[in-house]
Amino acid sequence: MKNLVTIDNVDMRYGGADGTLAVEGLTLHVEKGEFAAVVGPSGCGKSTLMKLVTGLHIPQKGVVTVAEERVTKPVSIVGMAFQNPTMLPWRTTLDNILLPLEVVEKHRGRLRMNRAEYVAKAEKLLETVGLKGFGSKFPWQLSGGMQQRANLCRALIHEPDLLMLDEPFGALDSFTREELWCVIRDLHFERKVTIVLVTHDLREAVFLADRIFVMSSRPGRIIEERTVPFARPRDLEIMYQKEFNDIVHELRGSIADARKAA
Amino acid sequence: MSAASKNWIKAAPWLCTIGLFVIWELAARLFGLPQYILPAPTVVFNAIVQYWPAIWKNSLQTLYTTTLGFALAVAGGLGLGILVGWSRLIYSGLYPLMVGFNAIPKVALVPILVIWFGIGTIPAVLTAFLISFFPIVVNVATGLATIEPEMEDVLRALGARKMDIMLKVGIPRSMPYFFGSLKIAITLAFVGSVIAETVAANSGLGHMMLAAQSQFNVPLVFAGLIMLAVEGIIMYAVMAWVEMRMTGWAHRGQGATA
Repeated sequence: MKNLVTIDNVDMRYGGADGTLAVEGLTLHVEKGEFAAVVGPSGCGKSTLMKLVTGLHIPQKGVVTVAEERVTKPVSIVGMAFQNPTMLPWRTTLDNILLPLEVVEKHRGRLRMNRAEYVAKAEKLLETVGLKGFGSKFPWQLSGGMQQRANLCRALIHEPDLLMLDEPFGALDSFTREELWCVIRDLHFERKVTIVLVTHDLREAVFLADRIFVMSSRPGRIIEERTVPFARPRDLEIMYQKEFNDIVHELRGSIADARKAA
Repeated sequence: MSAASKNWIKAAPWLCTIGLFVIWELAARLFGLPQYILPAPTVVFNAIVQYWPAIWKNSLQTLYTTTLGFALAVAGGLGLGILVGWSRLIYSGLYPLMVGFNAIPKVALVPILVIWFGIGTIPAVLTAFLISFFPIVVNVATGLATIEPEMEDVLRALGARKMDIMLKVGIPRSMPYFFGSLKIAITLAFVGSVIAETVAANSGLGHMMLAAQSQFNVPLVFAGLIMLAVEGIIMYAVMAWVEMRMTGWAHRGQGATA
């Protein structure tokens, strides 16, 4: 299969020539349609990876390509979601979800004329994540888990080819987190979207991803790549199987080593 | 909360205000304070009735200079606040200047304004403007400067320009700060206009009170004070109302729109 994202031997340094080196010699490839997870000790440059792929940062050395084009400016075929849902409190949930359409070049001109069509699309997305009928509510009337669901809708509304998730479930309780894992799993399955998930949670990574990249401590690079063999669709029950726990255990070992090396 | 205690909370501001006047009246009578020290409220109200035409005319003049100065401050403060919040460069260039300017007591500027514009309405308007301008600028700029970086990243990754981010996120986000600052600014605007009227004017409540003082007409001085308080409270209430109307979403804790 073709690669949607390639990062080749990339260095990224913040704050001028003697600033901190966030990633060094970073190389990784994500295939189209794949679900990739990036795990690593804290401060390993996972967020830098996000910003490199979305074109918010341009590396000093090396090449980042998305959809066979070298990244030199922000890439609008990407949707992003962070741990903090950052819904705008003065807009209803539905209007929050439509926000990217007011910005993306392809849609902004069409939005006013074809609003009904876009609203229908947003409502369908809301239904997919289990928020049917909540579009008219304001975000602060929703619980944390519901806001994060809405956040996912906002990341998906412009039908991105690539979804970048930066610890989107980090602030949620474990039951809500499991529910949202299933939401993401189903979205990935139905929409054939490529997903890169940055996370601290190894169980989350193993449950969701096809391939897991382990990053070293700062300056970050990939020290291990691991394919997850479980067939899809996966059920939450697999998390209680021995094979699953073995993978989690091994990954934990790698990260512990990476931390020690720092 | 029980209905009775809710009623008490509603009644409390009225009870306290009435209580203050009652204590004032009793104190003035019991201690036999002369009118030129502290006139009793009834005496002050008599003065308001007696001098009503003059009080009304001067109150309108003060209200006029204050609101005009305030309106200029709103327009200028909003504009400069957006400019300062927009760019780090403009911020670092202008901020020290604004701080220095704000540090000057505005009463010290009145003589200069008089040299430039003569005695009358204009110095009062300008003093009100100068004194109420700064809190608006600072608040608008703060609102713009505190956009969540994640929000900016989400939009920039989609190809948003600075203008998009300002219009969709920055300006709506700074509106609660802006409307909040209006309450402070209108109160300060009264300070400015009355200062200028006291120093350099032929009309207005400040001028009237100064004239009354020189004639030892202390009840009229207090009448002026009461009128200033009434005008200040009314304008403050208007600003608070506007704030609730425009940015109810920011006051959701009090169940405003929820």
